[in-house]
Amino acid sequence: MIDISKLKELALSESGLIFDPTTGTIYTSNSIGLLILSALREGKEDLEIRNLILNDYDVGELTAERDLYDFYNQLRGSGMVQDA
Amino acid sequence: MIFITNCAEAGWSKMLNIGITGLNAGDSPAPGVPVVRCLTEHPDWSGKISGMVYDALESGGLDRKLVSSVYLLPYPKAGREALLERISYVHKREALDVIIPNLDAELPNFISIREELADMGIRMFIPADEQFKRRSKVNLGKLAAEIGINTPKTRLVTDSSCIDVRQDELPAMVKGLFYDAMMAYTLEEVRHHVHKIASMWGYPVLIQQFIEGEEYNAALIGDGKGNMMAVAGMKKLVFTDKGKGWACVSIFNEGLNELAEQVVSALAWPGAMEVEAIKSKKDGKFYLIELNPRFPAWIYLAKAAGMNLPHLYLQLALGKEITEKMEYRSGVVFTNYTTNLITDLDRISTLFTNGEVEYYAKAV
Repeated sequence: MIDISKLKELALSESGLIFDPTTGTIYTSNSIGLLILSALREGKEDLEIRNLILNDYDVGELTAERDLYDFYNQLRGSGMVQDA
Repeated sequence: MIFITNCAEAGWSKMLNIGITGLNAGDSPAPGVPVVRCLTEHPDWSGKISGMVYDALESGGLDRKLVSSVYLLPYPKAGREALLERISYVHKREALDVIIPNLDAELPNFISIREELADMGIRMFIPADEQFKRRSKVNLGKLAAEIGINTPKTRLVTDSSCIDVRQDELPAMVKGLFYDAMMAYTLEEVRHHVHKIASMWGYPVLIQQFIEGEEYNAALIGDGKGNMMAVAGMKKLVFTDKGKGWACVSIFNEGLNELAEQVVSALAWPGAMEVEAIKSKKDGKFYLIELNPRFPAWIYLAKAAGMNLPHLYLQLALGKEITEKMEYRSGVVFTNYTTNLITDLDRISTLFTNGEVEYYAKAV
């Protein structure tokens, strides 16, 4: 489980720009990153997010899961999410 | 949340004449030009700007779209009497309503002649001498201790024989009393930077503990009674080689705003101030780095993000009631860019020789 309260404070743009209004930090993300961030903010579970990736991208289940958890680690590293 | 009055309702229909200093707009710009833009771009603006420069080549003073006239001022080291005499002359020509000083080094002289200027009918909204000194780099540690906030350890170097930094205290920031800051990684660099800054700005030079973290800045207006009337936060996105913000973004950070409010309350600060702080990577706390007694050069960003602080300053200086609400937006970006200003050599030589230039016969 991850805590997404910080993520909800961020401004996401359709172009993949992520802005933290409290620190001024700007991140950029590709379209799949944006899809995951949007899904997390909507409160979707890991399995639902993995299925969204499978629907939109031509990858297998294992790759989708691995990439999803890699991305979670990036989000933890940047402080956008925390372990609950 | 702050409030702004409606000028027409407040009976503020008079054409104002505002004296503005700090008009250099080079690679390390002073706040004067953005302050003028904030004032004159406000929908209720009615008046003209008299530029006050220390050098005939201060670029903002050469821009006839910004200023109606320009006057040379004596350098601060000439002292209060020279400044008072010069301002008295300018006032006879221009009938100034308000002066907004925008440079650290000139403020002690302006503070010392504030009563004489008030008697002439010229208003300023600046601190008293004691308030000005309490926030100086020299006294920052004492102020921080009094109000319970963090600041890096700072020591004063009054001559080159008393540089007593230890290897384990490096890296450190070496700073001039009014201007300049350089990072030193070795003892040799500390000595070099001290000599360099002292040769430019004189002693004392300050050696400040380096706090690793992210820098945050806030521009604010205090009402002089301990209340913060408005605050605008900023984070630098692109830095110049001097560490100035070339591109910046507006932010809303409660920790930064609370720090600013504590300072304003403790000093009962009147007028403009810039708070510079670093959020430590090590402990996550804010460390107060500097309190600049004026608007910052990035003040146009605050206006673009919804907080026209120079306009608010003007109203407070004029004793107007503040009633209208302003709201600050985060995520507004500004970037400096350089351009070319064309002017006549005659204009510069007239300013050199006569000490003044009038661009327009009438106010614009």
